[in-house]
Amino acid sequence: MTDRTDKYMGQALKRKEDPRFITGAGQYTDDFVLPGMLHAAMVRSPYAHARITGIDKSSVEDMPGVVAVLTGEDVAAAGAGPIPVGWLLPDLKVPPHHAVAQGEVNHVGDIVAVVVAETRAQAEDAAGLLAVDYEALPSVALGSAALEEGSPQVHDDVPGNVAFRWEIGDEAALNEAFNRAHKTVKVRLRNHRLVPNAIEPRASLAQFSPASGEYLLYTTSQNPHIHRLILAAFVLNIPEHKLRVISPDVGGGFGSKIFQYQEEVIVLLASRLLGKPVKWAARRSESFVSDMQGRDHESEAELAVDAEGRMLGLRVNTVANLGAYLTLFAPAVPTYLYGTLLNGVYKFLAVHAKVTGVVTNTVPVDAYRGAGRPEATYLIERTVDVMAHELGMDPAEFRRMNFIQPDEFPYQTPVALVYDSGNYEPALNMALDMMKYQDLRAEQERMKGNNKILGVGVISYLEACGLAPSALVGQLGAQAGQWESSLVRVHPTGKVELYTGSHSHGQGHETAFPQIAADELQIPIEDIDLIHGDTGRMPYGWGTYGSRSAAVGGSALKMALQKITAKARKIAAHLLEASEEDIEHADGVFRVKGAPGQQKTFSDVALMAHLAHSLPDGMEPGLEATAFYDPKNFVYPFGTHVAVVEIDTDTGVVKLRDYGCVDDCGPLINPLIAEGQVHGGIAQGAGQALWEDAAYDDEGNFLAGTFMEYAVPRADDLPNFQTDHTVTPSPHNPLGVKGIGEAGTIASTAAVANAVMDALWHECRIAHLDMPYTSEKVWRAIREARQGAGMGQAADD
Amino acid sequence: MNVTLTVNGKPYTRDVEPRTLLVHFLREDLGLTGTHVGCDTSQCGACTVHLNGDAVKSCTVLAVQAGGLEVTTIEGLGTVADLHPLQAGFWEKHGLQCGFCTPGMIMSAAELLRHDPDPSEATIRHHLEGNYCRCTGYHNIVLAVQHAAAAMRERESGQAADD
Repeated sequence: MTDRTDKYMGQALKRKEDPRFITGAGQYTDDFVLPGMLHAAMVRSPYAHARITGIDKSSVEDMPGVVAVLTGEDVAAAGAGPIPVGWLLPDLKVPPHHAVAQGEVNHVGDIVAVVVAETRAQAEDAAGLLAVDYEALPSVALGSAALEEGSPQVHDDVPGNVAFRWEIGDEAALNEAFNRAHKTVKVRLRNHRLVPNAIEPRASLAQFSPASGEYLLYTTSQNPHIHRLILAAFVLNIPEHKLRVISPDVGGGFGSKIFQYQEEVIVLLASRLLGKPVKWAARRSESFVSDMQGRDHESEAELAVDAEGRMLGLRVNTVANLGAYLTLFAPAVPTYLYGTLLNGVYKFLAVHAKVTGVVTNTVPVDAYRGAGRPEATYLIERTVDVMAHELGMDPAEFRRMNFIQPDEFPYQTPVALVYDSGNYEPALNMALDMMKYQDLRAEQERMKGNNKILGVGVISYLEACGLAPSALVGQLGAQAGQWESSLVRVHPTGKVELYTGSHSHGQGHETAFPQIAADELQIPIEDIDLIHGDTGRMPYGWGTYGSRSAAVGGSALKMALQKITAKARKIAAHLLEASEEDIEHADGVFRVKGAPGQQKTFSDVALMAHLAHSLPDGMEPGLEATAFYDPKNFVYPFGTHVAVVEIDTDTGVVKLRDYGCVDDCGPLINPLIAEGQVHGGIAQGAGQALWEDAAYDDEGNFLAGTFMEYAVPRADDLPNFQTDHTVTPSPHNPLGVKGIGEAGTIASTAAVANAVMDALWHECRIAHLDMPYTSEKVWRAIREARQGAGMGQAADD
Repeated sequence: MNVTLTVNGKPYTRDVEPRTLLVHFLREDLGLTGTHVGCDTSQCGACTVHLNGDAVKSCTVLAVQAGGLEVTTIEGLGTVADLHPLQAGFWEKHGLQCGFCTPGMIMSAAELLRHDPDPSEATIRHHLEGNYCRCTGYHNIVLAVQHAAAAMRERESGQAADD
């Protein structure tokens, strides 16, 4: 008998979902058309902060095709409440976030009014001409500036612009650690703001049916069930069973499609008010000022080491700019997803972090790929490199000597987390070998003083993903559970539908989940399909973010599958007149041990489960199972990434020459998909280090509102990446899997930044520059340093 | 305004507003939704189609400008039963994740391979700089194009040998 346990799991199978995408048959939200559909266009604030003193609807009501103009008053009169925050910290100040502004706008792009018309062009024409009077108010864009005495107040009910003050770790222990220090370094870092820029702009299409009172919403979401919950229970007061949310094919999310957005509320309300389906689809320029943005930390980090170079303590003080409103996960990102990760992969005596969450007149900031963990990794790994340079130690060796060791897991950090499993040194060694690290260092020496210089960035990261026990996150402020559910439905023919509450927007769930099922059920993967993204077909779920789909959704699936095979085995035993213990399940059949030929196929069993002509006494017909899985802990993937940059000192141009990484996310379900996730993540993280910048001026005017001003990496900006992996299973979940969706981004920003700064340190002893490393910034820094003016911490502006 | 053009081999005549962009005409008037809109500044390339054989961004062409011309969209390139080598290459090499940029990426790559049957990695990267992908890091897209190029060269040489 062949052991087929690993026939599908671990195989680099081509994706089942791809045929529709490569032939143009994918169905994204903006592709849907409903009969009689109207189109909504948003009128957005050109001011960062202003009072709305008048809106003259009559200015556009007679324009061709215009059906309605809705203001904040109309939306409030229709009964829409503000959009809630999904994570509450103690003493959190939450300014109301209305679907359409009521009296005041607080960032460029805030929605002032909505025009609904027969065509999209008509709606946009009228939206552009709607007469709105504003009285400009003082505004502020930078987190630290908003904290200054006398700064403009963003919201009257958020005094001093402070939404929260939060800290973690033992400050006394940290001070004690610093008292023992042989050497300390202090680094001031800006982790600048980003726009996620999924290539599919957000879109929503709503239909209200007066006869049934049912609502249908197609929307570009990573988690339709969360939208159903929030829209139904908190914003629109719709009975939950009357709202069906479908997130069909979704063109990337990266966090930006997690959140409850204003436009989804608006199209649902407009459809109810106007009795017709209403669609809205963002222009890219709208996406820039209405998709939740990412990062935006200003931090001070201090690292202390003893005489042998052993890390003692890390002190962190961070101002997190939350933007104009607190959105769904906003309070969680710079606290529990950031502060708790500041221990990294190192053995510290103490870590202590203070975070101040600040409101400003900018687009709200929420989770973007990695969410808090890239910010933590960048801070730690940049500071570690500054220390290594100061100590004159090789940055890779400095890391190695400070790693938590494999026999120390589970490992309790000083900042709350208990790491499940890890073995950091093999990943470091493999990555250094892969990149021929010593050769690179020799090349760096050879190039010194030329007009082309080399930098090598080595970072070792750790992330917490697969969120996490519901009871724990509830204690920490989450207004959500973090379990996942799965349903397995076996049809009479033995064909199988899997249903998951997790959602795929590029991560290949339609292949990876059937791979798990095919091995458990011992049937061909062609007989199995995954259903997701539709609350009308899958009752419950919490969606996809935080690299939770495999670890949490996959585990829920595994549990439901085990229920199926347990029942199928009972049926087979009954049909074969054998005891259950004597049944073997392999190669798609149930056999009686030691009785060749005595067997039933999976489809025989499925058919009998449905015919119910002969079932064990008392057994329910059918072959279907649901499971809810609540994780026991976060999972903790880790790895080492190495970036190699070449800098032209005459022009300041930084070229990312090579990139290699070794990641450990436990057992791989599909290496092809996992590697693809790493590639994309590296590109996004490198994008932050080198090009991307959601820049505002001091008053909150957005300076990077299209792809003309906001540089995302293009094909010829990047090299091919080298990837490899080690496997350290998580002891916590039934698959042993961790997560890989965010690893590339979490690691690569820090790796590329360290590579650039490694070059600049070796060449002219510049200790730190803030990202992004634009040519002008790098050129100026080199020029100033070479003139002897910019030694040490160089000016950044 | 009246416009007549050929899309994927079939003639269409429609009455359109003069300002209608080709991409909106394809998507909304003809229901060919494989061509996508990703930006408003002709940067992202998700709307790339062929106009008389040349790759163009259909968000920068008015529908009426395409009057009398031949348009090929992703739907006209190949079918699931008969994939174009580039479609097969993208599938084989995992050259897509969310799939949104993929039609434009494939149409752009098709033009490259028509002019250069054996492009270097640098040439592929340079040619595709007008098409954004946010998912793949471009690594597998390059492999996909190389895979397709090899398949097409093999097919060519096979045909040549047959002649």
